[in-house]
Amino acid sequence: MNLDDIILQAEQAIAAATDPAELDQVRVNFLGKKGLFTEQMKGLSKLPKEEKPKAGQVINIAKQQVQKLLTERGELLRAAVIRQQLAAETIDVTLPGRGDELGGLHPVTRTIERIESFFGDLGFSVKQGPEVEDDFHNFDALNIPEHHPARQDHDTFYFNPKLVLRTQTSGVQIRTMEKEQPPLRIISPGKVYRNDYDQTHTPMFHQVEGLMVDKDVSFTHLKGVLHDFLHHFFEEEVEIRFRPSYFPFTEPSAEVDIMGKNGKWLEVLGCGMVHPNVLRSVGIDPEEYTGFAFGMGIERLTMLRYGVNDLRSFFENDLRFLKQFK
Amino acid sequence: MKFSESWLREWVNPAISSDELAHQITMAGLEVDDVAPVAGEFTGVLIGEVVECGPHPDADKLQVTKVNLGPDYNDGELADIVCGAKNCRLGLKVAVATVGAVLPGNFKIKKAKLRGVPSHGMLCSESEIGLSDSSDGIMELANDAPIGMCVREYLDLNDVTIDVDLTANRGDCLGLKGLAREVGVLNGLSVTEPVITAVTPTIDDKIAITLAAQQACPRYLGRVIKNINVKAATPLWMVEKLRRCGIRSIDPVVDVTNYVLLEQGHPMHAFDLAAIEGGINVRYATKDEKLVLLDENEVTLSEQTLVIADDNKALAMAGIFGGLTSGVTTTSTDIFLESAFFAPLAILGKARQYGLHTDASHRYERGIDPQLQRDAMERATQLLLDIVGGEAGPIVEAVSEQNIPTEKTVTLRRAKLDARIGHHISDATVNDILSRLGFSVSEQGTDANKIWTVIVPAYRFDISIEVDLIEEVARIFGYNNIPNVAPRASLAMREQQEAQLPIAKLRNLLVNRGYQEAISYSFVDPKVQRLLHPEQATMTLPHPISSEMSEMRVSLWTGLLQAVAYNQNRQQSRVRLFEAGLRFLPDDSAENGVRQEHMIAGVISGQRSAEHWTIEKAATDFYDIKADVEGLLALTRNASAYSFSQAEIAALHPGQTAAIHKNGVLVGHVGTLHPELERKLGLNGRTLVFELLLSEVCTQNIPQAQDISRFPANRRDIAVVVEEQVSAKKVLQLIEKVGGNYLVDLNLFDVYRGNGIDTGFKSLAIAMILQDNHKTLAEKDITDVVNRVVDTLKTELNASLRD
Repeated sequence: MNLDDIILQAEQAIAAATDPAELDQVRVNFLGKKGLFTEQMKGLSKLPKEEKPKAGQVINIAKQQVQKLLTERGELLRAAVIRQQLAAETIDVTLPGRGDELGGLHPVTRTIERIESFFGDLGFSVKQGPEVEDDFHNFDALNIPEHHPARQDHDTFYFNPKLVLRTQTSGVQIRTMEKEQPPLRIISPGKVYRNDYDQTHTPMFHQVEGLMVDKDVSFTHLKGVLHDFLHHFFEEEVEIRFRPSYFPFTEPSAEVDIMGKNGKWLEVLGCGMVHPNVLRSVGIDPEEYTGFAFGMGIERLTMLRYGVNDLRSFFENDLRFLKQFK
Repeated sequence: MKFSESWLREWVNPAISSDELAHQITMAGLEVDDVAPVAGEFTGVLIGEVVECGPHPDADKLQVTKVNLGPDYNDGELADIVCGAKNCRLGLKVAVATVGAVLPGNFKIKKAKLRGVPSHGMLCSESEIGLSDSSDGIMELANDAPIGMCVREYLDLNDVTIDVDLTANRGDCLGLKGLAREVGVLNGLSVTEPVITAVTPTIDDKIAITLAAQQACPRYLGRVIKNINVKAATPLWMVEKLRRCGIRSIDPVVDVTNYVLLEQGHPMHAFDLAAIEGGINVRYATKDEKLVLLDENEVTLSEQTLVIADDNKALAMAGIFGGLTSGVTTTSTDIFLESAFFAPLAILGKARQYGLHTDASHRYERGIDPQLQRDAMERATQLLLDIVGGEAGPIVEAVSEQNIPTEKTVTLRRAKLDARIGHHISDATVNDILSRLGFSVSEQGTDANKIWTVIVPAYRFDISIEVDLIEEVARIFGYNNIPNVAPRASLAMREQQEAQLPIAKLRNLLVNRGYQEAISYSFVDPKVQRLLHPEQATMTLPHPISSEMSEMRVSLWTGLLQAVAYNQNRQQSRVRLFEAGLRFLPDDSAENGVRQEHMIAGVISGQRSAEHWTIEKAATDFYDIKADVEGLLALTRNASAYSFSQAEIAALHPGQTAAIHKNGVLVGHVGTLHPELERKLGLNGRTLVFELLLSEVCTQNIPQAQDISRFPANRRDIAVVVEEQVSAKKVLQLIEKVGGNYLVDLNLFDVYRGNGIDTGFKSLAIAMILQDNHKTLAEKDITDVVNRVVDTLKTELNASLRD
């Protein structure tokens, strides 16, 4: 067979191959060890020595021509195969992904974490205290002696006359000041208890206590810190008022109201300058140091922030409620 | 304390609206809870007189009347009105809703026929015009009520009741007198007090008074009034004032004492003179002394209880509650009137001991003006004589002057005022505030060295030290006039221990694993807790909200499992909840006899995974929740310190419970809830729980880097057959022990029972990863390790290699 015929045959065979395997067979047939071109090269040995290079070159050129056709056809066929594979592997990307859904924190925890972050920025560290508390830390040390009328406002759960479920987180102030000396900046989030259960009261709820004791701490600072906090917490310029009130452990004392969406003032926290008797009871000289303290209701803040209407839903643990705070 | 605005305005009348007044006193620290109209919204109600009254021809209970509404009403024509009230009678002055009147609730009065008799209007009861919630019969107006006058105008009904929630320090505002004083201060107005004149005695009757307890009762005034008519009617103006302050009219004597209580803020008490034997003695009760109170309950008095007694018996609990036998009744003709000062410390907490709380005890506990007793007595006498008649004897006063609280001298330093407030309030303003408050003020020094010496009247029991005055200045100056300033502090960096594992990390891990955080009550149902923890001692609340909330939790499981049931009942079948909080274990060695330990606990039930078309449905099981616990332990970067071992506790399935120990100390449990409890708690399907002591999982090892090997790792899998009761932990621990330094990782990846394995045995497939830091391991190094492991397993655990 002459070279032109071989080339013609190769061209036809290459064009006729419909998949990479067929094409590979074509390659073997023409370019393989026993292929037609190998036979042609073997034929060179019969030629005179001076003709060999030229004839060899002709065969090589033809071989390269076939090789090129094979490569081109090969790319084409492989591309078709990949296209086919991709088409076969196409999926519905809108189907849901595999794996567990995310859980979520309780909204009360969410609020406490935000409060800890705001006050953490100001160097307040977080302290914890016991929930079953003695009357000394819950009352006496806070300038609320036995039979003080303010004790009766607390709806206290008593285990016995000396032991209560704490009615306020303020006892943590005392426990901290018993151990540490000023300057002090602490907050203490936690559960508190009052014997009261209706639409707007649950017998357990959460407060965050705050305390700053240092030289030259004044009422303006208390106002400044709480103003900033409330604005940052709600991320808007809520209307705030400081209203004189009475707590035996602070003086002056105030309650802080914010203007609700319904145009009514809502009390969100109580605060004041730490009473000198309280500082004295833990061995801090009130002539040298002053301080402010505050206690805020977490559920109230959470309700306002996220539009929760029923206080009791915080402790029902209904997944349909909780999952909204993922 | 509730008070009527128009009554207050009789004393002091600032030119501000009701709302402004309420706001003003709120912002002065007397928080207004509510402002409510004293009557319903109504129009067209006039005063009329019943001039004809006869039975209805066709109805037993109705009366047919003609009512005179004056010359201006329908040209003086009498109104025909049918009335069903029993007290409707000839000559009565009545409130008439005329045709066209609109009563509360938008109730319109039209011409009507009642059983065939025309009725042009309605005779009103108090409840029909919103003066009370219920009433018996129609309103009876005074005989001199002017016919034809609008009832709103006649009763001054364009008034509001203001309810102030007074703080415990402001006992001085528990009366109109004190409230008016405060409003006067706030508005810079003087206060007009009602004129109190001494009543001249017309009889000589008196009763001797002894003060046996002079500290507790340093002043006691008594007066005899004879020949009174208790059946006389309390005048409408007084009934109305009482009503608007939240007090119901009882009889003229009680009404007058209540009136003085409201007006002067001073409690009074009236005894039936006939019940008093001999003289009055104010003394402490004797041991086991009995007294029947006005509410007919008999109490056994403690020796710390102050009583008003006569020669033979206790008559009343001083400052708290009267006694039944000495009370004024409809048959009383002679009375003994008391006006006393009791020291707050003698009364504090006493009423509560007997489960009592009265208007009198409320005031005496907070402190009343120790100079007011005579005024109160004269005021009450005058009012009484006006209403019930009678003759008054002289006032007898017993007093222990040295025990009467006196005016207090308190100094205020300019430097302390400025430091505490943080804002300079001018000398003039400070002077003005203090003197308006009724304090007498003198000044020494100037500027920063200025000192005010302030004399505070005794009735301000809340003011005795400098900060009390600072609060008064700030309060009247107005908190909202004090600027907001950011505090300054030195920028000391806070300590942060890296080894402390923040609880937020534990929470977040569980959240990422699909848990929702729950918060449940710390007090639980003892019945449920007993099922879960039958052996554990507990703390019980003596006065819980309900029996279901009466016992302090000893683990978080009780609340969490109830939450699972709650959610399952609301079509939430797949539940994963966790909670972090305290458990309360009685423990005499702990502070206050209770160990309060932070726990973190979780519960799961329902399908292992959220429904997905690629995942086969399977109920969650032990190994799901164990993985969550292992995840928590992994956060400590010290997981190998924790070990799981088979355990039995009452709440859990005996075959599916692991105790978790850290270095030998029990730190928690994980397991499947006991099937019996699942049934009793109404749970649907398998429920798994864990609980860990937070203190034992809240530290983490600080990373300590090791060189990583540059040489290849080799994996060799072995499958060993062991008896069922040989735990995986045993096998793995043994391999670790004998594996040597080349063994860098170990993974149990299959457990097989069935074909080829004898019953009672199981095959464990374990991958061993072998590697060295200094060389590529030779095949011999590797087979040595594998052989050593296999031989040891064979000898120690009777294990065989699976073929």
